[in-house]
Amino acid sequence: MTNPTMNLLLFAMLPYVALFVFFLGTIMRYRKAPFTYSSLSSQFLENNQHFWGLTALHYGIFAILLGHLMGLLIPRQVLLWNSRPLRLYVLEIFSLAFALMALVGFVGVIERRIRYPKARTVTTPADWIIESMLILQAAAGIYVAIFYPWGTSWYSTSAAPYLHSIFFFRPDISYLVTMPFIVKFHVVNGWLIVGFFPFTRLVHALVAPLPYLWRKPQLARWYGIGILPVWPRRPSGVRD
Amino acid sequence: MNVRSQVSMVFHLDKCIGCHTCSIACKNIWTDRKGTEYMWWNNVETKPGTGFPTRWEDQERYKGGWEKKNGDLQLRSQNKSSALFNIFHNPNQPTLDDYYEPWTYDYQNLFNAPEGADQPTAKPISMVTGEYINVEAGPNWDDDLGGSPVYAQNDPNLESLTPEQREQLFATERLVFFYFPRICNHCLNPSCVAACPSGALYKRGEDGIVLLDQKRCRGWRACVAACPYKKTYFNWSTGKSEKCILCFPRLETGQAPACFHSCVGRIRYLGVLLYDAARIEEVAKLPDDQLIEGQRSLILDPFDPEVIAAARASGVHDSVIESAQKSPVYQFVKVWKLALPPHLEYRTFPMLFYVPPMSPVMASQDGGVIDHVSGDLFHDIEQSRVPVAYLAKLLGAGQENKVRYALRKQKAVRWYRRALTVGDVTMEVASRMLAEADCSAEEAEAIYQLTSLCTFEDRFVIPPMHREEAIQMMEDPLEHKASAGFGFVSAPHRGM
Repeated sequence: MTNPTMNLLLFAMLPYVALFVFFLGTIMRYRKAPFTYSSLSSQFLENNQHFWGLTALHYGIFAILLGHLMGLLIPRQVLLWNSRPLRLYVLEIFSLAFALMALVGFVGVIERRIRYPKARTVTTPADWIIESMLILQAAAGIYVAIFYPWGTSWYSTSAAPYLHSIFFFRPDISYLVTMPFIVKFHVVNGWLIVGFFPFTRLVHALVAPLPYLWRKPQLARWYGIGILPVWPRRPSGVRD
Repeated sequence: MNVRSQVSMVFHLDKCIGCHTCSIACKNIWTDRKGTEYMWWNNVETKPGTGFPTRWEDQERYKGGWEKKNGDLQLRSQNKSSALFNIFHNPNQPTLDDYYEPWTYDYQNLFNAPEGADQPTAKPISMVTGEYINVEAGPNWDDDLGGSPVYAQNDPNLESLTPEQREQLFATERLVFFYFPRICNHCLNPSCVAACPSGALYKRGEDGIVLLDQKRCRGWRACVAACPYKKTYFNWSTGKSEKCILCFPRLETGQAPACFHSCVGRIRYLGVLLYDAARIEEVAKLPDDQLIEGQRSLILDPFDPEVIAAARASGVHDSVIESAQKSPVYQFVKVWKLALPPHLEYRTFPMLFYVPPMSPVMASQDGGVIDHVSGDLFHDIEQSRVPVAYLAKLLGAGQENKVRYALRKQKAVRWYRRALTVGDVTMEVASRMLAEADCSAEEAEAIYQLTSLCTFEDRFVIPPMHREEAIQMMEDPLEHKASAGFGFVSAPHRGM
C-alpha cells in the first residue's frame, strides 16, 4: 500500500465504488426483494449462547459507530473535549471498552455458528464473509487504539478531513498515505464492508423499527385504504 | 359506537373426539414447507396436559398477553423501549426445544442396508440439521396421557384445584381427560399485533382476521413471545413469523377453513359477530371477574336497529349484517351463553369460544347409582371428574359460575330431549331442570338442533368477503392469466 496508484485506487476510487454499490444495492434490494430485508435470527434454534454474543456485539458496535460519526460530524468539539488529559483518557477508555465488547461479540457469534449445527444450518456464505470482515475490522481498530494512541484526537484531524473530502467529492488522500499499514487496512476494509453491506444480513440495520416508539398498539388494514389504527373510527364516507 | 365485524368461532368440546383430523388438514395445506415442519397452526391438546408448546399457559415463564399495571394495559413481554433494547436477543422467546425438533426417517436404509444379522431400521433424521437425532419430544407427545405424572401433572391450570381435587383427577380408574383443539383466536385486542416492532401484524378491517405481512416482517420475534396462546410461530428457515390465517383464501370463496371443514366430530362453528371497537380498551381494563361479561357486552345484537344503523355508518356491508344475524356463534356466545373464551385473563379477547365439555361423574357415588330426581338435579356437575374449578381456570377467567351455567344448561337440554325421545325422565323433571338452567323449551330445542343435527350451512355461516373490493383485485386479473397467481409468488429464499 505504498504504491501511489494503489493508494489512489484504494482511498479515492474504492470509496465511490463502495458507496455507489451501497446505495444502489440497498435501494434495489428493498424494492425488489423486500422479503429478504432482515437479519435471519437463529435465536430460535440456539438460545444458550445467543445472548452473550449478540448483545455484546450490538451495543459495542453502536457505541463505536456513534464515536466514528461524532468524529466525522463534530471534530472540533471532540478535540476540545480531549484538550484536558483526564477527559481524553475517559473517552479513550470507553471507546476501547466498547470496541473490545464488539470484538468479543463478533467472535462469540461466529464461534456459536461454528459450534452449534442448528445455528450452522441457517448460516450462509455471505454470513461467514461479512462476519470475518467485521472481526478483522474490529481487531484492526483495537490494534490502532492500543499501539497508536489518542486516536480519538487524531481521527478528528486526519480521518475526518479525509472522509469529508470523500463526501464532498474532492477526494484528498494526503491524510492517509503516510499512515501505518494497519490504519490503511482499517480504512480499506471499512469501504469493502460498506460495499458488501447490501448483499448481507446487515441490511436489517436500515429497517430498525424506530416507528414502533410512537405508533398506536393495534393496527388494521382496510381494502383500498391501507393501514389504520384499529381503535379509532374508520374515516367516514368510505364504505367497504 | 364503532361497529366492526369479526369472523368468530365456537368449538364444542363436548363433541371433540381428539382425532387430529383438523391438524392434519391444516398441516397438509399450510405448514408442510421447510422451516414450518414443527408448526401446528391447528393442534389438539389433551387436558389436563401441558399442551404445545410445553406449558404454554405458564405466563410467568412465557410472558404472553396483557397485564394491568398502574391502571394501564401493558404487554407482559415488553414495553415500547424494552422492545428496542432487547431486539438483539428476545428474553422471552420460546425456542425449538419448547416445541420439538422435527424429524423424518432414513427410509433408504430399509432398502440399501447391507445384508446382516439384524433387521435394518429407519433411523430418525432431524429436519433442521439433517443429522441423526434421538427423538425426545414430538407433536402430541402427551396425547391421551391425562393423569400421567410426567405430563398432565404439570398442567398450569391445576393451580386452581385443591390437593384433594388434584388427587382425584389422577387417581387410578377415575382418570379423565378431554380434548382441547386450538387455532389462532383472532383476538379483538391481539398482543401479537401490539408487540410487532415492524407493524407487520394487523387485523383485517373487514373481518378481523389477524394476518402477518411476510414482506414487512423483519423477524424481530416479538409476536412469538407476546402471544399468550403461542399461536405465532417463528419460521427458522425464512427468519419470519407465521400464523394461522383462518384459511382466508377459502373463506373468500365461501368455503369453511380446512380444519373446520374436515372436522369429523362437527364440533366447529363459524360466523360473524358485530362488536363495538370503541369500547375494547375500556373493557380490557376491567377486573378479572368482570371480563367475561365485559367481552359479551362488546358483542352487539345484530337485530337491534340502532346497532344496524351504527354498523352501516361504520362501513359494515348490509350483507355482512345479514350474515351476523344468522351467525351460530352469536347464539352460542351471547344468546345461550354456552360458549366461553379461553384464558380471558390474558386480556386479548379471543374470538374463538369453547362450549365446556360434560364429563363422567365420579364413581365414588354409592354403588354407582345416582338419584336423578333428587332435590338438586345438577349435583353431578359439582361432582364431575373434571372439577368445575379446572374448567373455570381454562375457559372462565376463573369464574366458576360462568362454567357452571354452561354445564347446567347443557345437561338440562340433554334431559329435556331424553324426556321427549326416551321417556325415562318425566317432562315435569325436565321442565324443572330447564327452568333452573335458565332455558326455555324453545331455546333447548334450538340448542339441540344446532348441537346434534347441524348441517354444513348451519355450522358455517360465512359472510360475503367482498373480495372484489380488495386492493389486490384492483389489478386486472387477465394480466396474470397463466402465471403463478397474485402478489407474492417468489420462493422464500434467504441469504447469499
